Amino acid sequence: MREKLLYGLALAGGLLLVRNLYVILLGFENEASQGAIYRIIFFHVPCWFICFSAYALAGGSSILYLWKRKTIFDDLAVSAVEVGVVFTAIGLLTGSIWGRIIWGIWWTWGPRLTWAFICLLIYLGYLMLRRAIEDPTERAKNSAVLCIFAFTSVVITYKAIDWWRTQHPGAVLSFRTGGGNIEPAWEYMLLFNFLALALLSAPIVMIRMRQEKTQREIDGLRRRTHEL
Amino acid sequence: MLFMRQTLTIAGKDLRSELRGKEAINASVSFALVILLLFSFAFDPASDLTLEISGGLLWLVFAFAGALILNRSFSREQANDCLDMLVASPVSGAALFLGKVIANAILLTIVELICLPVFGVFYNVNWTRQLGGLFLVLVLTTWGLTVIGTMFSALTVNLRLRELMLPVLVYPMMIPGLMAAMQLTTVLIAGEPIAGDNMVWLRLLIGFDIIFTSLAVALVETVLVS
Amino acid sequence: MPAVDVEDLWKYYGDYPALRKVTFNVEAGSCMAMLGRNGAGKTTLLRILCGLSNPARGQVKLLGAHSRSPGTRARTGIIGHGIGIYDELSAIENLKLFGRLYGLDDPAAAANRWLERTGLDHVKDGLVREFSRGMRQRLAVARAFLHDPKVMLLDEPFTALDDRAIEMLQSLLRDALASGCTVLMSTHQLREALELATHVGLINRGRLVYTGGRTERMLADPGWLYREYGET
Repeated sequence: MREKLLYGLALAGGLLLVRNLYVILLGFENEASQGAIYRIIFFHVPCWFICFSAYALAGGSSILYLWKRKTIFDDLAVSAVEVGVVFTAIGLLTGSIWGRIIWGIWWTWGPRLTWAFICLLIYLGYLMLRRAIEDPTERAKNSAVLCIFAFTSVVITYKAIDWWRTQHPGAVLSFRTGGGNIEPAWEYMLLFNFLALALLSAPIVMIRMRQEKTQREIDGLRRRTHEL
Repeated sequence: MLFMRQTLTIAGKDLRSELRGKEAINASVSFALVILLLFSFAFDPASDLTLEISGGLLWLVFAFAGALILNRSFSREQANDCLDMLVASPVSGAALFLGKVIANAILLTIVELICLPVFGVFYNVNWTRQLGGLFLVLVLTTWGLTVIGTMFSALTVNLRLRELMLPVLVYPMMIPGLMAAMQLTTVLIAGEPIAGDNMVWLRLLIGFDIIFTSLAVALVETVLVS
Repeated sequence: MPAVDVEDLWKYYGDYPALRKVTFNVEAGSCMAMLGRNGAGKTTLLRILCGLSNPARGQVKLLGAHSRSPGTRARTGIIGHGIGIYDELSAIENLKLFGRLYGLDDPAAAANRWLERTGLDHVKDGLVREFSRGMRQRLAVARAFLHDPKVMLLDEPFTALDDRAIEMLQSLLRDALASGCTVLMSTHQLREALELATHVGLINRGRLVYTGGRTERMLADPGWLYREYGET
């Protein structure tokens, strides 16, 4: 049953992604000022949606863990954070490539890129903390606390950076997707790609969760054999 | 009230311990002076640029020097298993935490008050024009820095790589508070009061303090009891 | 109502149960010696009783209340593996500190009284850092008894003590038991512990495999219990 769900989601995501790629590459025309590269936005922006959702999911799961103390919530938290970190990295990479091609520079301290970089550091810290704690129960508890702090910080930092950049306008701002000044077709594509990536992420999270569970079982069994 | 009494007892103990040995404070002040010295090579201290970056410079110095004090906070309880005795005593986790935050904040403020005149002399900056506002920002930011640093000190107390991990965890989380502090400090050192556009930073700083203090007080008991 | 009441206690280390379905109680005024090999779970059990750790499943009640409740913690005295006193403070400063934390009305008087009883009043202003090992141990004992606890929880108390300190501790424990205090200690030093104990328990691999009164046989042949119940 679980296998079927996993494959089903992955397949749906894969098909949607292929369809989106087809439309992006062949269906849309080159944008006036940016040329072909503007298409990267269809991956760049959904990356942010995914990573923010992942961090929110991890934060919520951490709260649930501290409340219920069920290991499944800890598994979900770490899996979500890992997916979030990967997508943050992809987002930074795509943003960097885009900036390089459009404006000739590898990095701009625009609000979104800066915020993403901070998120990356915060959650790499989370993963580092997890690595450093041996006892699985302590690890789950303490990293849950850190995750709650991390998400709070992520939200506050987002707002703070917005205010900072309005006072210190950077050299360039990333492509904004505020409603109204973007073609409807593009907006749909952003959402579709978000959906595709989300559908692909879900099985990854599920597999990762099962991996955590198996690791826990192995550790438990290993301890038991030490007794004998 | 019992909670206040316990908090102040813990704060008093930490302050007495530290001021007796002065290890962390000495290290912190020395480190701050070294950073001020190094920055003087990084850019020209005589230029006009100094006033513009004064806020940023000062808070980088305070944040780095502060780490030395914050690191010690829970680690000094490790020797002789004192932390266990404190957690097992009737003192609540929140009182224990706040007591330590108060002590650390006082120690860090002492370091800052020593560094300010030195900064003024080294970089030829008159920082006394908006003293009231400056001290307000100093106190608020130091509190925020200390709350997060002390909390993460508790979170990492049993880990081998604690000293490495603490800065990596604390600094990214501190960014909103540091941003606000840097902005406000630059304005205040330039002689302007906090007004208009800059009020948003003061609000951010206060909000930051309230949110993280509440979160920490709510979660510290969970961290301390295994 | 028993002074210590443990029911169906489980504690996990990840998936592995460090304590399994531990159930026992200790009546007020009695002294239980908890035996067990290294790694059996004695320290885990004691940490939960001290309020340093929460059970994963089950209930732990000391003096009728949850082990973490402030009222209970105020009436519990603890001696753990570390001595639990501050090197950079003096003997009397340490005791006054703990007196205040435990809510004593007159911490200074209690501190002085216990410094006297443990033979440390002549060095009360000395920094603990300068004390010998035996003096630190005695100060740790003073700290544990300072607030006249109703329950004493001791984790291998005799292991690090020298002869003089062992004698002092045994005498203090006897006095405490006589005045209605309850004592639970985990131990390897079978002889010293069994002399004081009224009850004995044995933990093996997280399970409580034996509880009962202390018998003459155990006193005469401390290893008997391990041989009977220890190896599976």
